[in-house]
Amino acid sequence: MASVSMTVNGKSVTGNVDPRTLLVQFLRENLRLTGTHVGCDTSQCGACVVHVDGRAVKSCTTLAVSCDGAHVTTIEGLANGTELHPMQAAFREHHGLQCGFCTPGMIMTAVDMVNRKGSNLDEHTIREELEGNICRCTGYHNIVKAVAAGAQAMASTGQKVAAE
Amino acid sequence: MTATEIGAPVRRKEDFRFITGKGQYTDDINRPGQSYAYFVRSPHAHATIKSIDATAARAVPGVLAVLTGDDLAADKVGGLICGWMIHNKDGSPMKAGAHPALAQGKVRYVGDHVAVVVAEDYATARDAAEKVVVDYGVLPAVVDMNEAVTGKTVIHDVAPDNRVYDWSLGDKAATDAAFAKAKHVTKLHIVNNRLVPNAMEPRAAVGDYDSGTEQFTLYTTSQNPHVARLVLSAFIGIAPEHKLRVIAPDVGGGFGSKIFIYAEETVCVWAAKKVGRPVKWTADRTEAFLSDAHGRDHVTDAELAMDEKGRILALRVKTKANLGAYLSTFSSSVPTYLYAPLLSGQYDIPAIYCEVDGIYTTTAPVDAYRGAGRPEATFVVERIVEVAARELGQDPTAFRRRNFVRKFPHQTPVIMMYDAGDYSASLDKALEMADYRNFGKRKRESARKGKLRGIGFSAYIEACGIAPSAAVGSLGAGVGLWESAEIRVNPVGTVEVLTGSHSHGQGHETTFAQLVSARLGVPIDQVSVVHGDTDKVQFGMGTYGSRSGAVGMSAISKALDKVVAKGKKVAAYVLEASADDIEFKDGRFQVAGTDKSLAFGEVALQAYIAHKFSGQELEPGLKEGAFYDPTNFTFPAGVHICELEIDPETGVTTIERWTAVDDFGHVINPMIVEGQVHGGIAQGVGQALLEGARYDANGQLVTASYMDYAMPRADDLPSFQVGTTVTPCPSNPLGIKGCGEAGAIAAPPAVINAITDALGHEDIAMPATPQAVWKACQKAARKMAAE
Ligand code: FES
Ligand code: FES
Repeated sequence: MASVSMTVNGKSVTGNVDPRTLLVQFLRENLRLTGTHVGCDTSQCGACVVHVDGRAVKSCTTLAVSCDGAHVTTIEGLANGTELHPMQAAFREHHGLQCGFCTPGMIMTAVDMVNRKGSNLDEHTIREELEGNICRCTGYHNIVKAVAAGAQAMASTGQKVAAE
Repeated sequence: MTATEIGAPVRRKEDFRFITGKGQYTDDINRPGQSYAYFVRSPHAHATIKSIDATAARAVPGVLAVLTGDDLAADKVGGLICGWMIHNKDGSPMKAGAHPALAQGKVRYVGDHVAVVVAEDYATARDAAEKVVVDYGVLPAVVDMNEAVTGKTVIHDVAPDNRVYDWSLGDKAATDAAFAKAKHVTKLHIVNNRLVPNAMEPRAAVGDYDSGTEQFTLYTTSQNPHVARLVLSAFIGIAPEHKLRVIAPDVGGGFGSKIFIYAEETVCVWAAKKVGRPVKWTADRTEAFLSDAHGRDHVTDAELAMDEKGRILALRVKTKANLGAYLSTFSSSVPTYLYAPLLSGQYDIPAIYCEVDGIYTTTAPVDAYRGAGRPEATFVVERIVEVAARELGQDPTAFRRRNFVRKFPHQTPVIMMYDAGDYSASLDKALEMADYRNFGKRKRESARKGKLRGIGFSAYIEACGIAPSAAVGSLGAGVGLWESAEIRVNPVGTVEVLTGSHSHGQGHETTFAQLVSARLGVPIDQVSVVHGDTDKVQFGMGTYGSRSGAVGMSAISKALDKVVAKGKKVAAYVLEASADDIEFKDGRFQVAGTDKSLAFGEVALQAYIAHKFSGQELEPGLKEGAFYDPTNFTFPAGVHICELEIDPETGVTTIERWTAVDDFGHVINPMIVEGQVHGGIAQGVGQALLEGARYDANGQLVTASYMDYAMPRADDLPSFQVGTTVTPCPSNPLGIKGCGEAGAIAAPPAVINAITDALGHEDIAMPATPQAVWKACQKAARKMAAE
């Protein structure tokens, strides 16, 4: 067993884990933060995307022990209390989700996309940048709209990623 | 229009929990003392099991049990069932082999369930599974349907030639006669590729058993928890229904694959009692590829007979349907009654004859996947009419129009009675939106850039609702396909809607609340929708076949009628009037022609305090239920147009425009309906361009991960232009037809018709990957050089 400490959604947490424990397992099973999902075992679907030290990572492909000392933000940490992050609000407003399973990963990826690429995102850029996230329900049409609108809203509220 | 009335794009009530990570999917549920299951699966496509030695696995610290098919048999746990009886041409019943939840004596596909290891944690269960020693007697795999029917290798003893059934529909003599006098016959060989549904949430189950009350609870990723409970009780024999609760909480997509009752959930709920602990199982993606029921996988030869003007005289179809190694819950119905009755498409075809052979192979079971039979039928019809038009030198839209059904109701030669539609209206609107007029110009522009541009049409029809019950019963269905609803009005006037439908992305919490809010005049946030729990909702048939609007909401509508009727009686006592004089409008009960009225909430309170009437006159309370059985299937129809460009140098196909015009009847929430269309198109484009499940000759699934099976991604798809036309459905009170499967049904032929239009020849199979398209381009170039 290995001990691991990190800050998750602004709270410090520690755990004693089997060294092979993945970050997503640590989040879901040790911390019961079940908003981060697992949709594949080959690092393809992006259902598991969280932010580690401000950058999007696939938590299914990251060992928990490698995040020792890191700041992790999950979907549960994105809203400011009951006030939704603009990207979350945009997904609801533009019907960017159906079953909701891919949604946490999509939103975390979208926020990271804005942080890296700015808030004026054209359709082509959004589609290319979503390459690592699979949605089986929406056909992406409304996800693309939601990301573009969420990016604009992030700019107008002067928001960077929450709760780093 | 008010913000929440019927027809308004109300934002979804369920979204808050999903966008904040508070959804509760099955794998998010953890029961106190829970243990974990891992399945030992067959690495062989076909083998006898000589022995299973679990000694070493059982000795691993943390392992609670290793259970096999012998344990199931000892506990008299029944096998999985197929709930739709199909009869052969000679009237004899189909040949269904036994399907134990854990193999008994033989495995029949890679991934078949051999044993289960239950342990303190998932890693231990998985590690210990490696130590279960199975001695297999390997038998030949049978992957190809033509090889299967030779019977050289027998998969189930009951079916010596591996044929589950040979079935037919339609009038053979009339069809043959029509072909005999035809002036032109178009022939087409079609392979409808095998797909893996791939809901993003993998299947999962948590079985729980309370030894004090002898009560089982199963949390599972199901589209129809009541049907799961019925099957687990009445057929598999886990527990009687009143001792088994099935909960399908938030479910992350289904597309058909979560209709079925699978081995894993059966084993989890049974094992919970055996080990005395809750048992949880969650599929990893590879397990999902191996053991979720697959979709499609037909090989078809079709012929279309026409007169000299291009009027269709008859259609003859012969299909081989791969059903996999076992019959899944509804698999037998998919290539038969969900397929052949749609072969008339939107066309007036005097004679149709279809023969289908259902065939066992040593591959995963094949069952309903979004559209289920209807995409396969539509692919046959829409490909062959397109090719026929080309052969006759006619514009494909004019050819279709000439043959459209115009008068309703229209009885097809293959069971269906189309009740309403206006196919020309959808075609006109689609052509306008797609700017068909200027297609030629765009094609020339593409040619100047060295690209091949094509346009493809698909004028699909589907049959939704899968009811009335008596009709499907006469066709072999083991269940009735009505729906139930209950409206519970609370004393304060808030409303709970209990529905037998199940939402796994369709937004029922919003649309159903929208209906109730509009009818009762109660604000939408005071309406909540309850589904997916057999302890809360008495019974229901679940969600598939685009039936929750047409059938599920109709049941709600019927229950609402009863609530209003009861409310009028209550109001009559309070307002001292006759119930016949009470009108209900805009949320108020009013004595006609007076200003005496009560708000809905006031009547609800009066119904519960019951001071104004005696219990002999009227029962207190305000709660009504309804079961609704439709009078017919519903028939959504529409036209999709795909315009694409091919780069002949690379074979890469880019969809430039997608136009969809659908007639879904009345629409409750257009935002949600459009979303359903988008998702369906994406899956249909996936089938046409990207997706294909492949088994090698040894029966190994070589496409068992997202590295090998190409899922449609954001950059594979365009944005879609979506429009509607409306002919209300006459067979249900809301005029709804259903929209969930339309895109997946319409899209594949639209794409392939566009590709073949671009290529100038018909020789391309699905998925039309860049490699396949590149090869087809070489052939096109040779053809051009020769001409
Ligand atoms: S679960 Fe991480 S990429 Fe699929
Ligand atoms: S909303 Fe269901 S997978 Fe994206």
